[in-house]
Amino acid sequence: MTKQTDSVKWMTIGEAGLTMILAATVFLSIIAAAKAEDTAYAFHVTLAGFASLASIFVILNRYFGRGDLPPQEIGGRPNYNFGPIKFAAAASVFWGIAGFTVGLLIAMQLAWPDLNFNLPWTSFGRLRPLHTSAVVFAFGGNGLIATSFFVVQKTCRARLAGDLSPWFVVLGYNFFIVIAGTGYLLGVTQSKEYAEPEWYADLWLTIVWVTYLLVFLMTLVKRKEPHIFVANWFYLAFIVTIAVLHLGNNPALPVSVFGSKSYVAWGGVQDAMFQWWYGHNAVGFFLTAGFLAIMYYFIPKRAERPVYSYRLSIVHFWAIIFLYIWAGPHHLHYSALPDWTQTLGMTFSIMLWMPSWGGMINGLMTLSGAWDKLRTDPVLRMLVVSVAFYGMATFEGPLMSIKVVNSLSHYTDWTIGHVHSGALGWVGFVSFGALYCLVPWLWNRKGLYSLKLVEWHFWIATLGIVLYISAMWVSGILQGLMWRAYTSLGFLEYSFIESVEAMHPFYIIRAAGGGLFLIGALIMAWNLWMTVRVGEAEEGALSTPGATLQPAE
Amino acid sequence: MSFWSRHQIFEKNSIVLIVGITLVIAIGGIVEIAPLFYLKSTIEAVDGMRPYTPLELAGRNVYVREGCYLCHSQMVRPLRDEVERYGHYSLAAESMYDHPFQWGSKRTGPDLARVGAKYSDEWHVTHLSNPRSIVPQSVMPSYKFLAEASVSTQNIADHLRTNRAVGVPYTDEQIANAVADLKTQADPDNGDTDALLKRYPKSVARNFDGQPGMPTEMDALVAYLQMLGTLVDFKLYNEKANLR
Repeated sequence: MTKQTDSVKWMTIGEAGLTMILAATVFLSIIAAAKAEDTAYAFHVTLAGFASLASIFVILNRYFGRGDLPPQEIGGRPNYNFGPIKFAAAASVFWGIAGFTVGLLIAMQLAWPDLNFNLPWTSFGRLRPLHTSAVVFAFGGNGLIATSFFVVQKTCRARLAGDLSPWFVVLGYNFFIVIAGTGYLLGVTQSKEYAEPEWYADLWLTIVWVTYLLVFLMTLVKRKEPHIFVANWFYLAFIVTIAVLHLGNNPALPVSVFGSKSYVAWGGVQDAMFQWWYGHNAVGFFLTAGFLAIMYYFIPKRAERPVYSYRLSIVHFWAIIFLYIWAGPHHLHYSALPDWTQTLGMTFSIMLWMPSWGGMINGLMTLSGAWDKLRTDPVLRMLVVSVAFYGMATFEGPLMSIKVVNSLSHYTDWTIGHVHSGALGWVGFVSFGALYCLVPWLWNRKGLYSLKLVEWHFWIATLGIVLYISAMWVSGILQGLMWRAYTSLGFLEYSFIESVEAMHPFYIIRAAGGGLFLIGALIMAWNLWMTVRVGEAEEGALSTPGATLQPAE
Repeated sequence: MSFWSRHQIFEKNSIVLIVGITLVIAIGGIVEIAPLFYLKSTIEAVDGMRPYTPLELAGRNVYVREGCYLCHSQMVRPLRDEVERYGHYSLAAESMYDHPFQWGSKRTGPDLARVGAKYSDEWHVTHLSNPRSIVPQSVMPSYKFLAEASVSTQNIADHLRTNRAVGVPYTDEQIANAVADLKTQADPDNGDTDALLKRYPKSVARNFDGQPGMPTEMDALVAYLQMLGTLVDFKLYNEKANLR
């Protein structure tokens, strides 16, 4: 009898608490769906209700099926939690392809406007936020969550903190993406670039993000290593700062708690400043600090060399997070924002060049003594080329933040080209490189299914990027020059529509570049899929964590 | 202890690290944003600004919903070519009632900050329905569907009230008459246009889409476009008035 009472199984506080919260959510969703004032809102609360119901089922099902909770260590080695990471890695590939496809479509819409199909939900204005959010937050965000959860466990030599919470972060984040993306198509937006989701999606993201921060921080707290590895500083700065930016930019008052429309708390000049403080640092902390963390772990690991300079990483880290936050006003040069703010923004943007290149040097020089691997390892080549693109984009950025240059480049395609040299070259390539490393590690494979396919991905995507950014340089500068061109008699030389007409060939070249980049990503998806399906298992590795578990005597 | 080994305090204590990060990233934002809320020079006073009429606000919401800001800016920079192409450079006060702001960041199409009263209503309706019928080289999507969607009037007063809560000075009278004002502005023959004009000086009441019946989203959007940049009278505007 005593044996039986010993094995009585209790729900953990997390399981019980989350089940109750989810049950309450189901109940509230029903009420909200009944009282909904617009269809998008009704659709979203219905989704929330079904998602909560499904989660309750999964939690209870796991509870009835499970024995004890997974142990922290097995045989003296940390029992790493890879489940949520696998999901996030797969989601990153999926959303990446979705986001690139929408990007290709809207690029073609600018060349051939009939592709807007005269429908509300396929028009450029609704699809463009879908593209940006899908690539930045869905592709990039899932990549960051996957790699951060992997790196923090490995470098702390500790299992991820929390039992359900890592899954809550991954699934909750992807639910946010579904709400945001379907919302854009239905016309739910607060029109703040890269912060378009409405108030209820923002509230949900806040809950998910705070959980993310706690999981990451508590894993650091219970680490077995005395030092916190440099990549984790960057991940932590990324998570904390994104939380601050999200809360600062998004306060809004809904017209009704049963409707999707809200009005932002800030107005006019202040709203513009808040927006670009957020917008630029979404680049600075989401697309830079987070991906620098990937650089600091995956490049040394793949090259099998230590990080080039420890001191440089300290200077790099503090300088970049301090300086980046000031750079936002360079998006508002010559606008109605006060001059002093614009000047500060420009000054700090130029200074930002230094820590950016410091980081690039630290990443590239990590290859010292291993440069030959670039010939044989296309994955490492992808990672290294991403850092080179980072260097190029972070030189171009300060250049464009200079007011006189900006007077030409602002409002033109040059900005789009600049963003994509960073987004495709840096963020895209470093993510692809990390995924090529991560997938064999997570699924215990000896290596990738085919390095040859990585070679193809690399060259096709590189060609795509070159077409994209050179087309946008030419079209952007051409646009800027046409707008300010005067005839010898002192009249404006071109009407606006002449500049639109002149863009046509470049928009076609840009779409071709984007198409090549998409093809590269599809090759990657196939390669990763085959790695998981038919790849050779790593020898001596534990195929299932439970395999060596001994029953307690 | 060398300078570099002092850094270990951050590397060995996650709480110290997170506090350090938070302090370092807070400085720039505070210095650049906080003064904008109390420096008087941020938004210099100018005559003529008023909150949007209910119909204009509904039109502005369509503008936001359809993502017009992604291709059209509303911020004329003080550069010679822009001032000649679009009109007087934009003042901070001109967007003081905008929640959110619509300055934009890209000009795939032209700036719209001063598009108001430049073209006829019919031009706008035709252009929105089929842009290439007026401008053959245009790459703008068609917004024909706006003409078939009626503006929901029932909670327009709530929209005004929410705007007031975030700082737009709508009066009780404006909120109380929101529904009537919305209908009157799109159908002046069946409403009290004098009262509308008194509540919203310089507002224009017309059947914007030229169709009979309830106001459509086309009415609302055209009403919004037709008032953009028209509130401040630049013949009377003295740019030196605020110099100190």
